[in-house]
Parts: sequence; structure tokens; C-alpha cells
Amino acid sequence: MTIQTTDLPNAGSLAADSGGPALKVEGLWKIFGAKADKVIGTGDQALSRKDLQAKTGCVAAVKDISFEVQPGEVFVIMGLSGSGKSTLVRLLNRLIEPTAGSVVINGEEITSVPAGKLRDLRRRHMAMVFQHFGLLPHRKVIDNIAYGLEVRGEGKAARRQRAQEMVDLVGLTGYENSFPDQLSGGMQQRVGLARALAVDPQVLFFDEPFSALDPLIRRDMQDEVVRLHHEVGKTMVFITHDLAEAIKLGDRILIMRDGEMVQCGTAAEIVAHPADDYVRDFVSEVPKGHVLTLRYVMRPVRPEDSLDGPVMDPDTIVRKAARAALASAHPVRVVENGQVIGIVDDEAILRVVVAEEDSAEGES
Amino acid sequence: MSVLAPPLANHTPPEPDTTPWRATPARLVRNRFAAVIGVLVVWVVAWALFKDHFTLTIGGSEQTPVFDWLRDRSNWVEEAASSGSNPVINFAGWIADIVDSVFSWLQSVFTVAKFPRPLPQIGWLGTIALAALVAYAAAGWRTLALVVPCFLSFGVLGYWDDSIDLLIVTFFAVVVSCFFGIALGVLMAHSRRFSALLTPVLDVMQTMPSFTYLLPFSILFGIGPAAAVMMTLVYAAPPVIRITAHGLRGVSGPVLEATDSLGQTGLQRLWNVELPMAKRTIIAGINQTMMAALSMATIAAYINSPGLGQPVLDGLKRSQLGTSFVAGIAIVIMAVMLDRSMTAAGFRAELAARAGEKGGPFRKVGLGLAAVGTLVALYLSHSYVWANEFPSQPDLGTPLRNAVDDFGNWLRTDLSHLTDAIQRVATDYGLNPIQSLLADSPWFVTSAAILVIAAVVGGRKAVISTVVCLAGILGLGLWNHAMETLTACLVATIAVVVLAVVLGVLMGRSHRVDVGLRPILDAGQTLPPFVYLVPVLILFGPNRFTAMVAGVVYAAPVAIKLVADGVRAVSPNTIEAAEMAGSSTWQMITKVQLPMARSSVLLAANQGLLYVLAMVVIGGMVGAGALGFDVVTGFRQANDVGRGLAAGTTIVLLGIMVDRITTYGAQRASSPASRA
Repeated sequence: MTIQTTDLPNAGSLAADSGGPALKVEGLWKIFGAKADKVIGTGDQALSRKDLQAKTGCVAAVKDISFEVQPGEVFVIMGLSGSGKSTLVRLLNRLIEPTAGSVVINGEEITSVPAGKLRDLRRRHMAMVFQHFGLLPHRKVIDNIAYGLEVRGEGKAARRQRAQEMVDLVGLTGYENSFPDQLSGGMQQRVGLARALAVDPQVLFFDEPFSALDPLIRRDMQDEVVRLHHEVGKTMVFITHDLAEAIKLGDRILIMRDGEMVQCGTAAEIVAHPADDYVRDFVSEVPKGHVLTLRYVMRPVRPEDSLDGPVMDPDTIVRKAARAALASAHPVRVVENGQVIGIVDDEAILRVVVAEEDSAEGES
Repeated sequence: MSVLAPPLANHTPPEPDTTPWRATPARLVRNRFAAVIGVLVVWVVAWALFKDHFTLTIGGSEQTPVFDWLRDRSNWVEEAASSGSNPVINFAGWIADIVDSVFSWLQSVFTVAKFPRPLPQIGWLGTIALAALVAYAAAGWRTLALVVPCFLSFGVLGYWDDSIDLLIVTFFAVVVSCFFGIALGVLMAHSRRFSALLTPVLDVMQTMPSFTYLLPFSILFGIGPAAAVMMTLVYAAPPVIRITAHGLRGVSGPVLEATDSLGQTGLQRLWNVELPMAKRTIIAGINQTMMAALSMATIAAYINSPGLGQPVLDGLKRSQLGTSFVAGIAIVIMAVMLDRSMTAAGFRAELAARAGEKGGPFRKVGLGLAAVGTLVALYLSHSYVWANEFPSQPDLGTPLRNAVDDFGNWLRTDLSHLTDAIQRVATDYGLNPIQSLLADSPWFVTSAAILVIAAVVGGRKAVISTVVCLAGILGLGLWNHAMETLTACLVATIAVVVLAVVLGVLMGRSHRVDVGLRPILDAGQTLPPFVYLVPVLILFGPNRFTAMVAGVVYAAPVAIKLVADGVRAVSPNTIEAAEMAGSSTWQMITKVQLPMARSSVLLAANQGLLYVLAMVVIGGMVGAGALGFDVVTGFRQANDVGRGLAAGTTIVLLGIMVDRITTYGAQRASSPASRA
């Protein structure tokens, strides 16, 4: 059985304009400390974070990370606090200077462009939404949203108009002239979102944008991101420590621990084949039926299998397939490109659903 | 470039500190206390053996090579100024000319008639209208309602011209000071290297008593308003520089990061993000600078600067304390007015930023009306004598002056036995023994004792500063006077600390006491040191005890507030736990609150010493003797300029020495790392 590593629902329509990946990261490192430059290229770079700190006093926040993000993809980087994910996203737009490696956005090598060019890229090609919003308290909502347009020199009328469109897009109509501290946390983050969208970037970075919000507001905002992604189709890099959020939003997920990449793939891939105990522990509470697709529960076709069962796509989620599969007396045939590639019987479906309940009981 | 501080905290969760941190420094302090007692015992023995030998006393008019050398330098500067041969002196002269011409123009507008006009351009009505307009525009109508009666009181007390002159000097200096100060603050916030360079300079500037600025500035810029303005603006600059830098550094990291991510330039960042967000802090800095400027501009009366300092000084010189007292009241009113207005302006700036156009039309109409009214008042004031010259009636100043003089006479005749007794006890049992120990021991014994105490209290860094300062004091040749001044400072500081601990603990423990005392202390902190001298002088007459008491009163507000804040800052959880353990009130204070506020108490001692030192010098002119007297005679007699300069420098060295010892001591007491 082969594992497909990319799963891009709306890549097709958007990939056309540039051809290559929207974001390409290779061998990216960030080491904090006085002698950070001297670690890479020596034997020390292979040390664990703890040993490195003991030996050199340097902290490796991000270690040798490589990945690509396709245009229109939502790419989630997740890990616990201290895993280096927030540093990683800041290396991508060089809010933090990388120690080594390359980041290419829109054909530009971010890590080596001069300051003026970097500023220009930030003004036009990328934007970021921050955990603590980072709004200017002395400016109205509309002027906060227009700030990116203002710093790149757009006239007042033009930027106000564009900002107003963004206000409407994120559902803040009527609050244009409020000041940030008059809004709730969720609304403030909508302002942050609108500010990032206003510059019409190709790539949007999100640094744990919803962790400071209440659970209900958080769900609303996640839905909002899903909706906006459908409407504007931006490439998004999303940082979170919440696996449920990662699964909900991400086309693909990169899991980090101690600055290193542990696993990268679709939610189903990660849940079905955790790379190690760390990831297994992480995904143990995920409702598998909601994540796994038939591809991961099917077995090879045997000659004695009945061929009268329903036909389903390998990317169908188990939970959605369950009712039809159980109702039918015959096992489900998984068909891809006109060929039967596997069989899912009641046993397989029940294993996913029941095992989940077992593990849930076991945990509690 | 937008490289932000690495979020290291994310990556290394701090190890929980399991060491019982209170035990170690507490023991350390006790050991140090024992060591200091030991030093004192040895010192007293040495004093008994060698008393009155090697004391380096110096006669009242004696000249030393050092004094001669300094006097020659001073003469050389004066000659260079008159001959125009030295570029630095010429540059200073050129600046003095500019400042003088701007100043005399301002005076011709507000206070001094300039030929051919028999009166200044704008008299009292125009000035008050202008002040009211500014107050309304910058801080709102409440401040207007404060400013107008204050201005009227200046006239009613009989010091209209002097008050306005003082305001001119103060504002002139503050405007220039803030212009350069904010720029330097911005540089400091952005360049670590520049900050490291400037910080020690600011430290020294803030340690130097205001009095010591007089001599160098008057030599460089000549006696008069130019030197007064220059001196004031330099003296007053440190707070605005420091607080601007502090405000900019405090701008929220996430906001900077977020706005950087949109591609702003450094200038856009400064102008759109940092300065607006630090605005309120910067205004607080301007306020402090203004208070410092007012204080210095008052003292500048010594170098013939016009203003309210003149009548205070005149009164002191001629023993007409009523005059000094009334002028002092005008200064108090001015200080409170400026402080309240600036605070309100800062508040209003915040409000305006938040509330946007709220209350817009009403305010616009109000401003328009106020502007029209001001124009009318200016015209009237320019054209009619009644609106130009402040009316001589009602006159509150004269009766007040007489009442104070009568009261003073009554005190001195009928109550003299009481005040004399207080004075005698304090002098005989406090001042004299300590002075004898410090000044009558051989110089090397005293030096060694000070060094050992510095080592015990402040550690290695303090010893280095102390060696440098002691060597300087010895070299300048005023050792004996320096020890006399130090004595007065130490005794006064002990009194300040006792007062601060008693009142500070009361304030820290009781909200009601705090609410009652704090406004008085706030107002007290804004007053120029001059003002404190007058009432004490009325009570005790001119002598060194008066200067000390004035010093205690002057230093008390800041010290009390520091201790109160320290006691207040003790965590409520700790208090609760101690209460549950069954502590009595006394145990709570002595075993929990004071030990935990230890570094605040030490800081209060440090600030108390510096404030007292500033005052003891001013006391030089009311019979405090020693260094203060040397500085004052340095002004009066050309022959003694060298001595005055040496005394001024000695005061600075003393100030730096006690500041370093107590600062490092406070640092060691509050950090558990001091075990090493």
C-alpha cells in the first residue's frame, strides 16, 4: 500500500499562475546564542537541544527544517510550546533572522534579499496574523486595517476604500470607527485578519491566532478562516498547538518537537501511521472515524470477496462511509481510477469506531 | 532591520527555584551589619588615640596650589571670553548671545517695557488669557479653572513680574531640553551601545546637587539669564531622556512585530507606532523635566537670573523671612499648577487618542470662543494700562509678609528656649560626636574606615568608586570640610530613614493613611529645595542645624513614598500566610513586611542621602558652613573662585561616593546571587 503525500483539494485552480510551490523551505536553522554561527557545520549540529545548550550555551530553536507549500494550500505547523513553531514562522518572513537555510517565496530568496527588497515583499506578497493581535491602540479599526497600505504609500481615499472592503469581508461592518480596546478579543482578531488580507498577499502566515480566544469564539474564527480560504484562496501557513484545529484547517500538517520535524503529511496519514510515540500520544485522542479515510482501513482484495457491495472513493472519511457500509450485506469496494484497489468490511469499520471508544474509556 | 529579541522563554521553561531565597540574603545582611559595627568600634578606638592629628584642616581664606590652579583656569576662561581667542569659549558666547536675545524678547513681550513702549507688549490680562487658552486646548476646562486662579494669585501676592520671569526661564529651558532630550531618548532606546554610553553620564548628572551646576555654567556663559537657561536645560534633561527611552522600550513587542510584518520603514515605525504608543510616558517625562527645571530656575537667582528666586534670596540675605516666605508660596503654587496641568495634559492625550472625535463639536466651539476671547484680551492688554499692569489692589502679599515676620519674631523671643533646646540636644548628641569621629580622626583612618564600610556594604564595585572619589576629595584639599558636610548628610539621612520607615509602614498598611498623605507628598516632591529652607529658617534661625532639618523635610517625601510602595508590594499571599501563622502586627511588620521591602528601604536611604546632600549645600548660605559655604563664597569673591570650584567638585565626588555605596549595597541585598 502506498501513501500519497499530498492531498490538495483546491490546488488545481490556483497552481496555474506561478507553476512552482508558493513557499519552499530548505535546511532552515535558527540557533540562539552568542556563538550561534559556529554550531552549523560542526559535529555539534547533531546534538540534541539539551546537550547543545550544555556544551555551547546556544539554543537550537529550529533544526534543519525543509518543506514545500503549494499555492492555495493550508499548511499547518503544530507542536507544543517550546517546539520552535513560532520561531519557524518568523524565519519565513524574516521577523527573526535565520542562522542557515533558505526560504523561497514567489521566486524570491527571502533569506538573502536586502532590507529594502524584504520590506517590499512584506508590503505586497506576505502578511501575518498574530496571537496577540498587535493592533495599534491609538488608531481606529479602519486605520489599523489600512496600516499596511499606508506604509506602502497608498493614498488615503484608496486605502480607506480597500480597508472598508476588508471590514465588510471579516464581518466588522459598523465597527470601522471603534478603537481596538472597545472590541472583544474575537473582534480584535478579525481586525488583525483584515489587516493581513488588506495588502492582498500571496502567502498568509498565522501565528497561533486563536489561542488567546474563548473556545466558542475560537470555533467561529476557525470557520471564518475556512470560509475566507474558500473565498480568497490564499496560501496559508498556520501555526497552532491544538491538533483538532490543525486537522480542521490543514491540508497538510507538520509536527515539530524540540525544533525538529517529526512528521509531515495529511491528517489521515498522521493519525493512521504516527511516526513515533510522541506523535502517537498526540493523536491518541483524535476521533479516528472523523479523520481516517477508507484508504487507511481497506485491505487488499481477495478472490473470495463479494463484488456486490457499494463502491466508494478511497478519500471518503470512515465516519461518512460507516452507515452505508454497515447497512449493506456486502463489503465496500474502494475504487480509484476505475480499479478496485481494496475492500473495507464491517469488521474494519467497527475496528475504527469501537477501538476509538475503547481508547477513550481507557484514557479516562 | 526588524530582528526582534529571540523568544527564548518559549524554549527553556525556567526551572522552579527551590532555594529558600530569603534565608541567604537575610543572613548576609546580618553578617554585614556585624561587620559594620566592628569597623565602627575599631574606628572609635583609633579616633581616641589619634584625635586631632592629620585632620587636614584648612583656614577660612587659605589658598592652596589646587585652588590657585582652578582660579587661574577660571580667569583664563574669562580672558578667553573677552579676547575671543578660544573657539569653544566663542561658541559658548555665541550660544549665550542667542539665548540672551530670545530671552529679552520674551521679557519685552510679557514683563519688561522696552523703549519706546512704557509697558511690555502683553500685560497680565493677555498673559492669563493665553495661559488659559493653552490650558484648555491641551488639558481641558478643569485645568483652565486651576490655571487662572493660580496666575491671579501671583499678582495678588505681589510677584507678578517675578513669577512670569520664572515661567519664561522654565519654559524656555524645558522646550529646548525636551527637543534634544526626546531625540536622545529615541537614540537610547534603539542603540544599546549609545544607551550604555549615556547611562553613566545621566547617572552622574542626576547625582550632582543642583547647586554645583552654578559655578561652571556662570563661568562659561557669564552671569545672567543665558547661563540660567543653559544650566536649567542641562540639569532638567535627564528625566525626559530616560523616560522617553523607557517608554519606547516598553512599546508592546507584538505590536512592533505585527507592524514590521507589514513592511514599515524604521521612520514609519518610530512615527506611527513607537512615539504614539509611548506618548503618555513621554509626557510624564516632560512633567518631571519641567519640575526639575522649575527647581533649577529658582536656584539660578544666585547667578542673577530674574524670577521668583530673587525675592526668596533677597529675603534670606536681609533676614526678611516674610519676603522669602511669600515668594516661596508663589513658587509652591506654580509648582502645583505646572504639575497638575501636565498630568492632566497627559491624561487628555490618552483620552483624545482613545475617544477619537467624542465631544467634538462642543469642544471645537469652545476652542473657537476661547481663541476669540484671547485675541480680545491680548488687544486690550496691549492697548490699555489697566489690562497691562497688574492692579496693586487687592494686595495679599504685604499683610502675609508682615504676619510671617511677626510670627517669626514671636517664635524667636517667646519660644526660643524650646527651639534652642531641640537644636542643642540634636547638635550635642547627634551631630557633634559623629562629626568629631569623621573629621577629627586622621584622614587615613577615616578613609580606611569608609573604604572598609564600602567593601562590606557594596562589594568590589563600590570599593573602586570609593577609592576614586576619596582620592579626588583628598586631592582637592577640602578634606576636613568634606567630612563636616558628610556628617550633616549622614545624620540627616538617618532621620529621613527613620521617618520614612515609620510613615512608609503606616502608609503601606493603611489605605486611609495613604490616601491622606500621598497628595501632600506628591506636592512636596515637586517643590524646589529652596522653598523648604524658609520655614525651617523661621523656626531655628541661620545655622547648620537648620540646613539639616530642611534637608530632612526635603528628602522625606520621596523616601516615605519608596518605603510605602515597597511595603505595599509585599504579596498578599505572603501576608495571608503570615497571618494564618498567627503573627502579631509587630511581628508582621518586623518579620515580613520590612524584610521583604528591604531593597525599597535601602533605595529610600540612597535617595534620602542625595536629596539631603543637595539641601546641605544650599544651607551653606544660611550658616551651614563647610562645603556649601565654600561654594557660596566662591561666587561672592573673585579671589575665592578656585576654592568654590574645588568645593563644588568635592560635593559631586561625595554624592557619587555615597550613591555608589548605597546603590550597590541595595543591589546586593535584593539579589540572592550575592552569595558568590
